[in-house]
Amino acid sequence: MAKAAVKTNAAGPSVERRPALAGQSLSAAGVTLAVLPPAERISLRAPEASIAALSKALGVVLPQRPKTSAAKAGRTALWLGPDEWLVIDENGKDPLADCASISVLHSAVGISHRNVAISVTGPAAAATINAGCPQDLSLDAFPVGAASRSILGKVEIVLLRTAADAFRVECWRSFSDYVFTFLSEAARDAAA
Amino acid sequence: MLLIRCPYCEEERPELEFRNAGEAHIARSPNIAGESDDDFEKFFFIRSNPKGIIYERWRHMHGCARFFNAVRDTVSDRFLMTYKAGEPKPVKLPGATK
Repeated sequence: MAKAAVKTNAAGPSVERRPALAGQSLSAAGVTLAVLPPAERISLRAPEASIAALSKALGVVLPQRPKTSAAKAGRTALWLGPDEWLVIDENGKDPLADCASISVLHSAVGISHRNVAISVTGPAAAATINAGCPQDLSLDAFPVGAASRSILGKVEIVLLRTAADAFRVECWRSFSDYVFTFLSEAARDAAA
Repeated sequence: MLLIRCPYCEEERPELEFRNAGEAHIARSPNIAGESDDDFEKFFFIRSNPKGIIYERWRHMHGCARFFNAVRDTVSDRFLMTYKAGEPKPVKLPGATK
């Protein structure tokens, strides 16, 4: 018989959580890059019949129109596909736990550690992202609150416009070095 | 860069977000084990590869990630129309030359 697992103290320095790119930032004329603090995230898939119950459990109404997002009390739901959302919680309340409490058909997968978020702010923010992202980021086509999966250079990103001159770029952790370097180079170009 | 209309995102998006996924409207036989070798070869390998109008599957890989169907002219590389997966082959094509 195996012994009960020995409880380990998870506070030692070797198991300390080290977020990718932590604390990195860059300021160029007209644009500032910053790595945002870790957040709770889930990838949510659900049929139309489950949306109302999930919205109630999450406390934010899941958007149903393409390229839109909804935010409430630090929690943002981004429309990614007809039955797919990315839910980000910046207040440390795990949306996975909220989804677990209801029984309607859905699939919620915790991806908090999979993504790294980078904020791109300033009057040249759109020009900086457009250096590698082919989408139209004018305010007409991509208004405040608009969200979309897209690409930046060679990697996939999720883009959210948080203000007229501010974007949140979500990328996979292992791509974050590439994305931050790409945006840094683009920021210098956009400033020039 | 080509702009392709995604029927799920309901707008035109740059081609870099898309992937081609081969010819559309190829029905798999419900009794695939009972197919003759010749019929299976036609289903599995033989594609029409026309010069002109082709019906294709595309995937909005780096967008909504959905598969959809598109009608494309292989000569001009122009997209005539796109429609959701599962919808029947369109009878009338907008702006078709013939």
